Amino acid sequence: MTDRQTGNANRAGPPVLEVRDLRTAFLTDAGPVRAVDGVSLSVRAGETLGIVGESGSGKSVTALSLLRLLEEPARIIGGEIRFQGRDLLAMPAEELRALRGDSMAMVFQDPMTGLNPVIRILRQLTEHMISHGRQTPQAARRHAIGLLGRMGITAPERAVTSFPHQFSGGMRQRVMLAMGFANDPALLIADEPTTALDVTIQAQILDLLRGLNEDFGTAILLISHDLGVIANVCRRVAVMYAGEVVEEAPTEAVLADPRHPYAWALLNAVPRIDRPLGADRRLTSIEGTPPDPLDLPAGCRFAPRCPFRIARCETQHPPLAEVAPGRLARCWVTQAGQVLPKAGGAGFAAPREARAKQEVRQPLLSVRALTKHFPLPRDSLFSPQRVVHAVNGIDLDVARGETLGIVGESGCGKSTLARLITRIHRPTSGSIVFDGQEIAQASAAAIRPLRRRMQMVFQDPYASLNPRMRVGDILAEPLVAHGLARRGAEARECAAELLSTVGLNPAWTSRFPHEFSGGQRQRVSIARALALQPDLVVADEPISALDVNIQAQILNLMLDLQQRLGLTYLFIAHDLAVVRHLCDRVVVLYLGKVMESAPSADLFARPLHPYTSVLISAVPVPDAAMPQAGRRVILRGEPPNTLVLPTGCPFRSRCPIARPICETPPPLAEHAPGRWAACHFPGAFDPKDMPARLGQPGPAC
Amino acid sequence: MSGAGIAIPAAPSRSRRMWRRYGLAGIGAGIVLAWLLVALLAPWISPYNPDFVDVANRLQPPSAAHWLGTDALGRDCLSRLLWGARISLLAGFTVVLLGALFGTLVGMVAAYARGWVDEVLMRLTDLVLCFPPIILALAIAAALGIGTTNTVIAMLVVWWPKFARLARALALVQRGQEYVEAAVVLGLKPSRILGRHIVPNAIGPLVVLVTLDVGNAIITFAGLSFLGLGVVPPTPEWGAMVAEGRELVEQWWVATFPGLAILSIVLGFNFLGDGVRDWLDPKARSR
Repeated sequence: MTDRQTGNANRAGPPVLEVRDLRTAFLTDAGPVRAVDGVSLSVRAGETLGIVGESGSGKSVTALSLLRLLEEPARIIGGEIRFQGRDLLAMPAEELRALRGDSMAMVFQDPMTGLNPVIRILRQLTEHMISHGRQTPQAARRHAIGLLGRMGITAPERAVTSFPHQFSGGMRQRVMLAMGFANDPALLIADEPTTALDVTIQAQILDLLRGLNEDFGTAILLISHDLGVIANVCRRVAVMYAGEVVEEAPTEAVLADPRHPYAWALLNAVPRIDRPLGADRRLTSIEGTPPDPLDLPAGCRFAPRCPFRIARCETQHPPLAEVAPGRLARCWVTQAGQVLPKAGGAGFAAPREARAKQEVRQPLLSVRALTKHFPLPRDSLFSPQRVVHAVNGIDLDVARGETLGIVGESGCGKSTLARLITRIHRPTSGSIVFDGQEIAQASAAAIRPLRRRMQMVFQDPYASLNPRMRVGDILAEPLVAHGLARRGAEARECAAELLSTVGLNPAWTSRFPHEFSGGQRQRVSIARALALQPDLVVADEPISALDVNIQAQILNLMLDLQQRLGLTYLFIAHDLAVVRHLCDRVVVLYLGKVMESAPSADLFARPLHPYTSVLISAVPVPDAAMPQAGRRVILRGEPPNTLVLPTGCPFRSRCPIARPICETPPPLAEHAPGRWAACHFPGAFDPKDMPARLGQPGPAC
Repeated sequence: MSGAGIAIPAAPSRSRRMWRRYGLAGIGAGIVLAWLLVALLAPWISPYNPDFVDVANRLQPPSAAHWLGTDALGRDCLSRLLWGARISLLAGFTVVLLGALFGTLVGMVAAYARGWVDEVLMRLTDLVLCFPPIILALAIAAALGIGTTNTVIAMLVVWWPKFARLARALALVQRGQEYVEAAVVLGLKPSRILGRHIVPNAIGPLVVLVTLDVGNAIITFAGLSFLGLGVVPPTPEWGAMVAEGRELVEQWWVATFPGLAILSIVLGFNFLGDGVRDWLDPKARSR
């Protein structure tokens, strides 16, 4: 991508946006919370700047401050924002309104609520152009259709007459982007624009953002918690922590050699899909949580968690100073010239050879031809019954002591599968054998004794704990219900013990869930699953709602617990890097069917199914040096809906190598020992054969 | 919520915000409390026996002896008003509480059991809901005969379905929550899941509806009495008092004061209900 880099460099002109010492505070009862505390940034014309940080670091508040979109009790209490030379903070509301959506546009995280559901797409797009006085209605219509086409929406003439609910999340985000670009802005602020999307759709949107920056020269300020996403789009990155920028530098430089320990921790906390696996699967995670914004430490705000801190860090607040040409960092250690160690390089030892040999044993869980169809309510008495085909014939085995990963995009049936195996739902057909017992159609009462041995960890740590129960009661409840502990002191003692098992303070049994952070709640959720000493733990996206550093902590905890207690995991995730890191074997699902099933190392080294290849290549990698063009395949389109199942191979409609024979469904066959794939041409697809960019829909679609 | 010590510097703005948010609710609570006291103390604070007929003094305008005047039978309007608070409040609370209890039970069971149980219970609910409530209550009250108890029963019949509907919707939301799924996976019994996990988390909006609805029940009861179905004649009741004063155009005080009493108590309950709703809704609270 030398093209992209030179293109950017040429455009470097005067700054479009210049922020100096911005301070935004939430004036709460307990005192002012300084969410943004002295942030200085500048974005030149055509430049791409990323802001990265964990939740609560102040990155979104910064974005909202730039457009002055904050509401009480938040207030900008200091600093200066200059946009194209004009002072935004002194600007009257009228002028500011004219500016927003015109030369300065914003795209938000949630594409589901960003569009007005009762207005057609066309009007939402053109209203905007006409009201800013740029175009006549006819011209605006043509422009809107052209823009939607540019955003990769097929048949834009038809699409503009649709309502937002007829579009999927990815399509809506494209419409939001089209709205952002409608008036040819000088700056686009995108706040986590892909966080709510699947990995293949995320790759499409990031590719689009990159292309728009190249084609229109629009400066982009991209906010994300994911360094991989930033690395894909941005030339420069600012790392935020506790309301401050702690490092600012060209993206490659930060990725190769971070100069602030927090950036270092962010970079090393995520498992990398592009790096060989070490023998030790523990991730580098930093302890602790961000400081209380009401009571910030006097010295460096990261000092309490920093593994490299020196005496000076505790007492003196470091300034953001140049540590190398073009590189700023807020750290005493690196300013003194010290280099942070390379982490994660735990060696290139062959991964987990020993573990893979366990498969000869009797499987703990065995699923055959499992299906689940959800009937939808009828539109009228006489309309045909519509059915969501969530799971359509899944076979899998889980051996004792192994970790089986299940991956796929949203809607592929992975969460339904988890709920079928744990019998929250009753399968439509098929069999589930758990340790020799058939449970697929067993009654609730018949399963209850087996429940002890099969537990589940849920995705959302905020929804999976009853908010009205104390943590001690939450943990004691299953013990009492199964008669493993008597109500009262004995149960309380067990609960405290469970808390310490998952690394929490055993004295916290009398707290309510809302007194814990997201990561701590997920620990409680894991403790609850462990209360009954299960053999199998089904984990449904247990870390996807957490910040990267907390993700690393939870993954490490899960690995520890597996070793100590001999657990078997069924690990459901959409994050392939995490799955590769944690799992012994992986099953890839698409439209409720198994596409491929193989030992993890083989699957990632040499995928057999084209869908697996595409999924792997779509993962954003935090490495700007990686030549993206040779590696990424950007998949067109989205999964078909599950109301009417496609005939033949389910992946046929999106497959880059589909042929006429794919109209007959390929069986799931063993192509090499332990490697199963449902494809007529296993291993025939090589991502390197593909053209680099498919951002614009070709005539073939 | 946080430590009181930290809150001190921001105290004045906090109290202003509290007033803005809960001021009306406070007024509402004050009105309701005042009427509750009146109802409780009616025998001691009313200047006359509410049923004492004094034809010689009929239709006297408000004066020092009769603050609110006398009605067509010479009874003291103030005393009747004060005693009337008893019946109105008792009827309002009884109808709403019993209706809420029964309706919630029906709705929660329907939501948890689903299948045919849900179908039967909800179609029954629909059946009641498809009649105009006042007309149906009128018909039932008329069939049962005049009397406070009968009127309350008639109102109960039309009152529970809305609670059943709301409770079912709330329980369905809870059913889909991950902690309820977690409880299922932990192997807890349905009664425990319903009682410990679903009901406590679904109860909030029901409490709001109960508070808002007492005023509604009072006005319906008064309406039925106004139409002559509520209370047996000499009993002092606001709706009946308004009815008695309906044709006395010159003697405005006979109908006006009971009308104002109904107005104030319904407003009181509405203000209070709004406050409870804001208080239970964490989103409204954080504003």
